[in-house]
Amino acid sequence: MKYISEYRDARLVRVVIEEITHTVTRPWVIMEICGGQTHSIMKYGLDQLLPIGLELVHGPGCPVCVTSLEMIDKSLAIAAKPDIIFTSYGDMLRVPGSTGDLFSIRASGADVRVVYSSLDAIKIAQDNPQKQVVFFAIGFETTAPANAMSVMQAQKLGLKNFSLLVSHVRVPPAMHAILGSPQNRVQGFLAAGHVCSVMGFWEYEPIAEKYQVPVVVTGFEPLDISQGILQVVRLLERGTHQVQNAYSRVVSFEGNQPAQKMINLVFEECDQKWRGIGVIPSSGWRLKPEFQFFDAAERFQVQNISPVESPLCIAGKILQGLNKPIQCPAFASQCTPEHPLGATMVSSEGACAAYYRYGRTS
Amino acid sequence: MSDPYPTMDGLVCPVPLPHNQVIVLGHGSGGRLSYDLISQVFQEAFDNPILRSGNDAGMIVVPEAPDQVGTRLAISTDSHVVMPLFFPGGDIGRLAVCGTVNDVSMLGASPRYLTAGFILEEGLEVDILRKVVNSMKQAALEAQVQIIAGDTKVVQNGKADGLYINTTGVGIIPSGINISGTAAQPGDKIIISGTLGDHGIAVLAARGELNFDAQITSDVAPLNSLVSAMLQVSSEIHVLRDPTRGGLATSLNEIAIQSKVGITIYEESIPVKPAVAAACEMLGFDPLYVANEGKLIAIVGEKHAERLLTSMQAHPFGADAAIIGTVTDSPGDHVTLKTAFGTTRMIDMLSGEMLPRIC
Repeated sequence: MKYISEYRDARLVRVVIEEITHTVTRPWVIMEICGGQTHSIMKYGLDQLLPIGLELVHGPGCPVCVTSLEMIDKSLAIAAKPDIIFTSYGDMLRVPGSTGDLFSIRASGADVRVVYSSLDAIKIAQDNPQKQVVFFAIGFETTAPANAMSVMQAQKLGLKNFSLLVSHVRVPPAMHAILGSPQNRVQGFLAAGHVCSVMGFWEYEPIAEKYQVPVVVTGFEPLDISQGILQVVRLLERGTHQVQNAYSRVVSFEGNQPAQKMINLVFEECDQKWRGIGVIPSSGWRLKPEFQFFDAAERFQVQNISPVESPLCIAGKILQGLNKPIQCPAFASQCTPEHPLGATMVSSEGACAAYYRYGRTS
Repeated sequence: MSDPYPTMDGLVCPVPLPHNQVIVLGHGSGGRLSYDLISQVFQEAFDNPILRSGNDAGMIVVPEAPDQVGTRLAISTDSHVVMPLFFPGGDIGRLAVCGTVNDVSMLGASPRYLTAGFILEEGLEVDILRKVVNSMKQAALEAQVQIIAGDTKVVQNGKADGLYINTTGVGIIPSGINISGTAAQPGDKIIISGTLGDHGIAVLAARGELNFDAQITSDVAPLNSLVSAMLQVSSEIHVLRDPTRGGLATSLNEIAIQSKVGITIYEESIPVKPAVAAACEMLGFDPLYVANEGKLIAIVGEKHAERLLTSMQAHPFGADAAIIGTVTDSPGDHVTLKTAFGTTRMIDMLSGEMLPRIC
């Protein structure tokens, strides 16, 4: 496959890994923000190739894992109502709420459908005027533009039967939270290429400056990730903390301006609850007041659902890079993808699921 | 930031429903949920040595005799539900014949007879039924089996997706053939008869779920002539299995458990069509878990592997056959994959429903 196979070239990856090994002189801790990168690292076994002492920790960049229990419960409450078609990205169906998941709601008769984009949900709303169609608008900066676009489209089409259950999260405030924590171990970051394709990487310069950490924007293929690690290691060894772009075939400094405009048109910043982490100030987006008509939480009166998370698994610590999945006593015993105790075991991008699937069981 | 730091203490994660109370779609995915359902509900109730063997077909000896001398029959049953009923490369009728013919063939048996049970939804056009039945006729001719008994039930409109078909097949196992999921031995080679994932992706494309044009055709085909060609060149075929729902990954896990062995496969040797690989990339699927309907896994004695591979490649349904791995003596490892980078990862069963990823 053109533009993919080149970046999976084992010979090239080995050259970069050798360069990393030659460059490293002492232990370093690097966090990959994005769950997609965690999965690539596990899938290709890149961590097995790195020199001893160079540690990768897995960040909170899995939108499925960090969507709060409260939002999951709201989604279940809405999906269970009559005459609703509840649409969602596929892997949200498995995330446990307080009393069930979207699979079980569907099994008891609700119309829950997997879509690839909020724009597919618009089409479903047009085709089913007698039903209310709700889209579960979760995700980072990557999914926000299309979700904002769906609101604009629904408005333009005069769709009265379409709404969004919005639970958007943003990367930079999460990085602030991790780096500002007294327990922080992270010394350098691989920034998530897809998020940066939308937002650019101008937001990371103040973070690199404030906390004196290098940040390298990179992609998801083995060669991208290896190259990103090499650049972070070089910066760490030199004691510099700039932001570099190792994913220039996709990402520019400014990012995708029309996409950012679309986000700013429809959404405004808000404090957001992250599952396993807690509330991070200004870390979310919600619909602006002028688009409240499309707010599913309001339309279906589920604003008052606010369950308390019980302290069972250590997903929160894993998402902040303080623990590895195998350090959890429940990992791979009580907690498996079929019987997950935490969202990090549920999502295909979750760190626990990545460890489990790709065999890090001991 | 105004707030200090978010705390990590006292967080997170309620215990979800384990889905052992109510059936969800994942129970039909061929993965671990299906496996658990079979072992916890069906095997518990029906337990007997034939069922316990866990092969694609059950084996009986006629007449039943203590010394097990007699004709050995392979019997298997399979229900077919697919949306849409017609897809590139096949339809529910061809699927219903081939699926059961293949299950019977996986004991090395020569399939002879099928029965067919139809559940029809009120409102189904007879022309559609006729088209499906004609396709069954063609597939039965191709597989050289006869459909010798049948049943029809009709359910109310809205209670079924057009039509469902159950087929049961009977075949005769030639003497001297002992193929079973328990027979893999350390050192054996693993052969796959062709490219992975063609059926699963073709059906998704036919459902209009890809939102892009994909020139992918289902591989649905009767494999009994391929099996018989293989049996002619080697007596060292230990395991045969058709990796349908749950894909290659799930089938290999089942075999590793049954034979109490480990299995190592080599990523670079696994054949996948570029169009299927591209569709999987876009959707976030792994071809190792996508369904096949015209492929078989053969686990064979090392010395016969090349000979078998040549005979498979000479057959139209085995043209892309490849040796993809080895059986090891470390059962605890189950199934591992060696990547092109020289690293190793574990290959688990499909867990539940195969879900596309968010981004």
